[in-house]
Amino acid sequence: MTTERATTDPHPADARPLLEIDRLSVDFRLESSVVHAVQDVSLHVHAGETLAVVGESGSGKSATALSVLRLNPSPPCVYTGGQIRFDGRDLLTLSEKELGRVRGRDIAMVFQDPMTCLDPLQRVGTQVAEVLRLHTGQSRAEARKAALAALDEVGIPDPEVRYRQYPHELSGGLRQRVMIATALVTRPRVVIADEPTTALDVTVQRQILDLLVSLQDKHDMAVVLITHDLAVVAETADRVAVMNKGRVVETGDVLDVFDRPADAYTRRLLAATPRLEAA
Amino acid sequence: MTVIPPAAADRAPAKKPPGGPRSVVLRALLRNKLAVLALAVLALLLVAALFAPLIAPYDPNTQDLLIRLRPPAWQDGGTGAHLLGTDQLGRDMLSRVIHGARVSLLVGAGAALLAGVIGTAVGLAAGYFGGWADRTLMRLADVQLAFPSLLLALAVVGFLGSGLWLVVLVLGFTGWVSYARVVRSEVMSLRTRDFITEARAIGVTDVTIMRRHLLPNVMAPLATIGTLHVAAAIVAEASLSYLGLGVPKETVTWGAMLADGQLYLGTSWWVAVFPGIALMLTSLAINITGDALRDVADPKAYRR
Amino acid sequence: MTTATTAPETGQPLLELDGLRKEFGTRHTNVAVAGVSLRVHEGETLALVGESGCGKTTLTRMLLGLLDPTAGSVRFDGQDLATLTASQLRAVRRQMQVVLQDPYSSMNPRMRITDIVAEPLVTHEPEARGRRARARNRERVGELLEAVGLDAAIQDRYPHEFSGGQRQRVSIARALALRPRLLVLDEPTSALDVSVQATVLDLLADLQRQLGLTYVFVSHNLAVVAQVADRVAVMSRGSLVEVGEATTVLRTPQHPYTRRLLDAVPVLDPREGRRAARRAAAQTGEAGR
Repeated sequence: MTTERATTDPHPADARPLLEIDRLSVDFRLESSVVHAVQDVSLHVHAGETLAVVGESGSGKSATALSVLRLNPSPPCVYTGGQIRFDGRDLLTLSEKELGRVRGRDIAMVFQDPMTCLDPLQRVGTQVAEVLRLHTGQSRAEARKAALAALDEVGIPDPEVRYRQYPHELSGGLRQRVMIATALVTRPRVVIADEPTTALDVTVQRQILDLLVSLQDKHDMAVVLITHDLAVVAETADRVAVMNKGRVVETGDVLDVFDRPADAYTRRLLAATPRLEAA
Repeated sequence: MTVIPPAAADRAPAKKPPGGPRSVVLRALLRNKLAVLALAVLALLLVAALFAPLIAPYDPNTQDLLIRLRPPAWQDGGTGAHLLGTDQLGRDMLSRVIHGARVSLLVGAGAALLAGVIGTAVGLAAGYFGGWADRTLMRLADVQLAFPSLLLALAVVGFLGSGLWLVVLVLGFTGWVSYARVVRSEVMSLRTRDFITEARAIGVTDVTIMRRHLLPNVMAPLATIGTLHVAAAIVAEASLSYLGLGVPKETVTWGAMLADGQLYLGTSWWVAVFPGIALMLTSLAINITGDALRDVADPKAYRR
Repeated sequence: MTTATTAPETGQPLLELDGLRKEFGTRHTNVAVAGVSLRVHEGETLALVGESGCGKTTLTRMLLGLLDPTAGSVRFDGQDLATLTASQLRAVRRQMQVVLQDPYSSMNPRMRITDIVAEPLVTHEPEARGRRARARNRERVGELLEAVGLDAAIQDRYPHEFSGGQRQRVSIARALALRPRLLVLDEPTSALDVSVQATVLDLLADLQRQLGLTYVFVSHNLAVVAQVADRVAVMSRGSLVEVGEATTVLRTPQHPYTRRLLDAVPVLDPREGRRAARRAAAQTGEAGR
């Protein structure tokens, strides 16, 4: 029951979306039950555009995001239907080897908790450089230079010093910047950010969101932003998809959805979000 | 108090209770086939130990030199009257193996229980209070660990004479360190959890916090170490008895039987081999149970 | 929540912090709280706002008497906690209770709901102990659960069978068991979904109205604070940088840190968002080209 509204689409009809999720269904087959985590979900995102997928816990938003690179733990995850088209190929049917070339190079992910995503025993610079070497086969020296540039680009002061530090020596905000550098160093065309600022303080969240937006413009990336916070959506997204219980209940231009929410759940979510102006 | 209507979003009934955490553990344990087999062996041993005088065909100490060193029933010269044969004094092997289970299980369980109680108390105190209490108790543990426990047992038994309860005491007092260490590290991570903070905010006393909130949450690892310690204590008792320093001569133990049988290994293998098999099976069954317990007792499996 | 139009500065405050200071470590002293003075009046909601590491957790632990201050004093209803005997301290403690953030770790996973909610009763009331008190306790726990919008029949279940919002209601029921005067709510809704958060905030407001409770509401979320607080205290690096009426602090912040904090809060209006502004700029730029 998706409400796709007719809006002035800034993208001409012939421009194919960069990433297109088409009627995706994902099940988690547990020992005693089957959870239909994602049901018949269709989403798309163009280059240079930010699509926010918003929903509460259990809405299936993360399962959808992880499906793009087939990162859901399998078992218990089973992709029961649909396609995920990127560059004319269905990512769900690619071999692990082919998908490995897409992961981290064409499509990159930024997760919520950088502490669990960074190797605690490796210098952060090395970790950024490793990604590059893995995907481009650059020499150590070249990768190091590019990694330093990437750290600089995400606004990390003294990249030469930070390059040699370990994750625990950095603040939460700097760690998330390192994660973003790791994701962007290969110049991906799509970035999927799964609650990238949820673990951060509000002032740091502001900086990270600003950073994501400016990097997106600079490199014309498509961004899929997974979040539970409608205010973050309002700040950053072009289009929004609202998910509830595994389904997309409403999708459209962010202005339309916020001005005239068509679905009852969207309305409830908007009403429940606290506002600063309440004071 | 006035009733406030529950919120719609919150009213969704939680899934049907699968029973308490304990039954979850038990069911997971029963799914492991090897563990079920080990549990069956242990149950059999327990029955043998409890009802030894009723089950055993003969008195284990009755000698009959006329039938000494008879082979098991299925060998040439064996007789159905003595299924596992007889030893060098003509005592029935089957009866002796059955009676031996009593001492072994008693020593194993007693030592593990004693060590568990001491170690848990030390670990709880060290982990919960921290600071100088922790430093003192853990240094004590280091000192204890620096002493080879079997040598200590040898010295004590050699000095004070042999006795079943003395063996239990010595093995118990030397085995507490591993319990203390595990309990301490568990408690240290639990201590910062919110439900401990809330209990303190309510005004619950330290002793009650340890008993009500900490102890139940360290039981799973405790049970695991406990089972492994039972096996170790059984083997340790056998070693002491083998050296002639365990329990008094007239008490039948597998270790003493092994020691006796060793002299006849060349000619009458059964005198040493049957107690050996009993010992091995017992410690194997206990160890398998302990491993299985550790695998299924991970509280994360049912925490959410 | 309650609009305190009567001047709150009159009369004795329920809670009084004076020059409260806490240092950690022996060799390298780390000052977590650097001299905080604050008054909380009966019936009001004071929001304590700050980012991670600002010292707000240390401060609440000291005012609950769980952590001894290095210097300064905590007075509850005029009594200095440091001068009280153990039994007097217990009597004060039952008047202030706490609800913590994480509904998953704030309950002993091996205890049934009935024992969790009854724990304050059993701890403070000798007549609530023992086998004979069980029926009476169950009745009281049932009333408490119903007061927070839960079914009294859930008593025999375990915490893991409930959602985050339901657990947080159980936490509130437990905190209310001794009919306290002050509740310290330490990020009580931060771990919850927004729709659940809204229902829990409503519940807290209703309870405050009915029971005349005083709240110290710790939060990093200024939008939530705007909804619940009568007064706001902003904390940064162990000190209070600004204290005042909620509307004043949130609408006309005086301290640069408060301003920075307010500026960073995402606004729930796509026309105000940074991206919208940028888009508009891009369009006018294109048009001008």
